[in-house]
Amino acid sequence: MNLAGNTTLRLWIGPGAVWVALLLLLAATVGVAYLPLGIFNTIISLIIAAVKVTLVMVFFMELQSSSALIRLAALAGMFWLILLFSLTAGDYLTRQ
Amino acid sequence: MSEQSAALHEPWPSLERQREAVSFGVWTFLASEVLFFGALFLSYAVYRNLYPQAFTIAARQTDIFYGALNTAILLTSSLTMVVASRSAKESFRRMTLWCLAATTMLGLAFLVCKGFEYRDDILKGLIPGPNFPLHPAETQIFWTFYWVATGIHAVHLIIGIGIVSTAAVRLYRGRLPINASAFAGIALYWHLVDIIWIILLPLLYLIGRAS
Repeated sequence: MNLAGNTTLRLWIGPGAVWVALLLLLAATVGVAYLPLGIFNTIISLIIAAVKVTLVMVFFMELQSSSALIRLAALAGMFWLILLFSLTAGDYLTRQ
Repeated sequence: MSEQSAALHEPWPSLERQREAVSFGVWTFLASEVLFFGALFLSYAVYRNLYPQAFTIAARQTDIFYGALNTAILLTSSLTMVVASRSAKESFRRMTLWCLAATTMLGLAFLVCKGFEYRDDILKGLIPGPNFPLHPAETQIFWTFYWVATGIHAVHLIIGIGIVSTAAVRLYRGRLPINASAFAGIALYWHLVDIIWIILLPLLYLIGRAS
């Protein structure tokens, strides 16, 4: 029983550390939002969001221990997303 | 052996291969979800680029307290979901049940907070249409995005809560074996719903706070 308890506790350690990091990043992004940094408010908040998304994908969605097939499937969505954004930006950001 | 065969379905030769197929299938579905939400985020980017002033004025009206609290709730639900999925893989039935229940409760807590927030938004009259309280008129574009994005996210979360609680009940009643590969698939979907919210936070709540 005691052994089983220790074993289930072990399951919390890795994900727990990622969770603490995610909450610290949340506190950081909310705090930085109140500093007058101009355009950098948006840039920093998006970078922090990207770091949080990466942490969730790599550790919670277990891409760190997934096979190449699964990683490709995950990246496929990102690939099309990049096409979607870059082609649209190529139009809107270059209009006079 | 019987545990193994209860979780294993045709045509997979082993649980390992079946788990791989579940992950691949769910990731493929998530890729379509990413593009669905991606189009939404793209329209936000285009309009914010066209009307930056209006978006700043409009975003100041969102409630950052609820936004941050709900982010913390969803991040915590992702933690309990990970542990549920991993303890299922190692056949810890009790821990899996507790974590699935915690995930469900945290999902419901998110919806309750969102409900209070929606109530405040409605009382402030922040519904695009005639007599919209903010100016210029383009602030309504931001608030249309707010309602559509958070609404669709809430629908996804409600579906997630339905799936997680159903899996918990089926596991409790012995209809679903503890080593079923379904838990890993459910977890992937839940984390995507979390990711969408992580991206919505800076778009809806964090702009226009400093000035």
